[in-house]
Amino acid sequence: MFNYFLRRLLYAVPVVFGVMLLTFVLFFMVQSPRMMAKRNLGPKATPQAVENWLHNRGYDKPLFFNTSPGKSWYDSLFFNHMRSLIMFDLGDSDSTGERVSTKFKKGAVPSLLITVPAFVLGLYLSLVTSLFLAFVRKSKLDVGGVIACVVLMSVPIMVYVIVGQWLIAVQLSWLPAFGFTPSGLTTAKFLMLPVLVYVCAGLGGDVRLFRAIFLEEVHQDYVRTAQAKGASHGRVLFVHVLKNGMIALITLVVASLPFLIMGSLVIENFFGIPGLGSLTLDATRTSDFAVMRASVYLGSLLYLFGLLLTDLCYASVDPRIRFK
Amino acid sequence: MPLLDVQNLRVTFVTEDGEVKAVDNVSFSVEPGETVAVVGESGSGKSVTALSLARLVPIPPARYDGGKILFDGKDLFSMGRRELQAMRGAKISYVFQEPSTSLNPVFRVRNQIAEAIHLHRHDVKDVRAEILHLLDLVGIRDAARVMDAYPHQLSGGMQQRVMIAMAIACRPALLVADEPTTALDVTIQAQILELLRELRKKLGMAVLLITHNFAIVANIADRVLVMYHGKIVEQGTVAEVLRHPKHPYTKALLACIPKLGTKQRRLPVIDHELLASQQP
Ligand SMILES: Nc1ncnc2c1ncn2[C@@H]1O[C@H](COP(=O)(O)OP(=O)(O)O)[C@@H](O)[C@H]1O
Ligand SMILES: [Mg+2]
Repeated sequence: MFNYFLRRLLYAVPVVFGVMLLTFVLFFMVQSPRMMAKRNLGPKATPQAVENWLHNRGYDKPLFFNTSPGKSWYDSLFFNHMRSLIMFDLGDSDSTGERVSTKFKKGAVPSLLITVPAFVLGLYLSLVTSLFLAFVRKSKLDVGGVIACVVLMSVPIMVYVIVGQWLIAVQLSWLPAFGFTPSGLTTAKFLMLPVLVYVCAGLGGDVRLFRAIFLEEVHQDYVRTAQAKGASHGRVLFVHVLKNGMIALITLVVASLPFLIMGSLVIENFFGIPGLGSLTLDATRTSDFAVMRASVYLGSLLYLFGLLLTDLCYASVDPRIRFK
Repeated sequence: MPLLDVQNLRVTFVTEDGEVKAVDNVSFSVEPGETVAVVGESGSGKSVTALSLARLVPIPPARYDGGKILFDGKDLFSMGRRELQAMRGAKISYVFQEPSTSLNPVFRVRNQIAEAIHLHRHDVKDVRAEILHLLDLVGIRDAARVMDAYPHQLSGGMQQRVMIAMAIACRPALLVADEPTTALDVTIQAQILELLRELRKKLGMAVLLITHNFAIVANIADRVLVMYHGKIVEQGTVAEVLRHPKHPYTKALLACIPKLGTKQRRLPVIDHELLASQQP
């Protein structure tokens, strides 16, 4: 068990390193630090101000290797930034000067307020619907359900956003369309529409996938045994099939758990929610490299954490799995 | 009155390549406490016949095309879903060929046997004691360990014993064993067959034993049915069928049993074309 986690951890090092390397290469392929400085200081900035800006943030160092005499080779942008990131020192925002960690803390709350309810509601709806479709498999209801799923899947998320805002907020005025006030009941009311859109956008694909997983199980021998014992259809499905299907489901579901904190780029952007999704999007708009590298870094850590969590859950539901 | 009376049963599978008459006009009966063996090569319709007895054949792809199944005088095809479920596992129960996949891989042995008890026997107060008793009946010595095990932690023979314990949990009147030893080692096969014979005596239940192996029939069965291409081509007492087989297919099957002490280089192979030309 301990060895297993140690191996996982060691395996994470090259992955994170590679992801960060790629981020640096891609970012500075598009623009130089000098361009970033000019963009943030405005077109009227003096050359001295630009130099100061670069120096204060360490952007005057070479990108990867420092070849100047008297300096160590790793005194470079990449290695200095990597060192701070490893110590979880995320630095200051390049555009506002605010601590990046403060920005993230502020953004995580609105993001989670959308993604967690949407995840729970979506998972519940997809599980129940897919089990029901597996239950009535090959009937007209099942065929209709699958067609509905494909339709739901084929609609781009923008359409859900636009239709949702137009129908529910504008035409019916049930819920507000835009704007986020972090206080009590108004927040809850405002969150309903983005959560609904988020759920609808993911529902079709999930139901179809879960249904396929459950149908795979329905043909297994243990199902016939359960029927031969006299178990009812419902019992066979909700006890025997569900627990076996969960094993396949968990790999899919748990890996995505850590990403809930990163929020949804599209939804936060369209509904004006100041979460981590729009924070990241703003960072690309303003060339805020400090925020960008921090989100990529945290994102890759979360990804690896998701894999680890998946393995743990896998082992806890499937008695055949033991850590080696 | 026979315990089980099957009359002109027909089951058809509808597949992409057309219809397959898996069970074609089959009639037979089983008396209470009797052991009847069903013999026939793979694909001859033995499993489909067996599953039909509790209407367990999946529909679709299959379809019941007529006939009657009377269990204890009651017509299976006129039963509602609840009535059927009340009968399955309680009056007629099954042991299947592959114990490793027939047990549910994610539940402990204890819970799987308990389920069989909970479904039909509401009178049992001490379920744990009953499970231990059942495991003892099927000859499992370290019952306490086996109870808490998951199926994959047991050997094939042990798994099949657990299946049998589950099947007899409600003291059924008929136990259907569909090739219960085919997936097991030869030494274990003999033990499992011996166990079935013993349990039949102890519990007084009828056994329908399905096999493609004629060699095991003589020791255990009272009567034999021989199936070929979905039909019963011969039936009678074990002595009759073994000593004086009438149908050419039965003769061919019997010729395939290797005899101890005789020198045979190759076992004979059934010539299906020849058989088809001899069909009455
Ligand atoms: N699920 C199924 N789908 C299609 N055909 C089937 C299915 N199960 C059985 N059959 C057909 O029914 C016939 C009898 O099968 P089965 O009763 O399993 O044979 P046995 O048990 O004697 O080996 C076979 O020819 C097979 O093709
Ligand atoms: Mg079979």
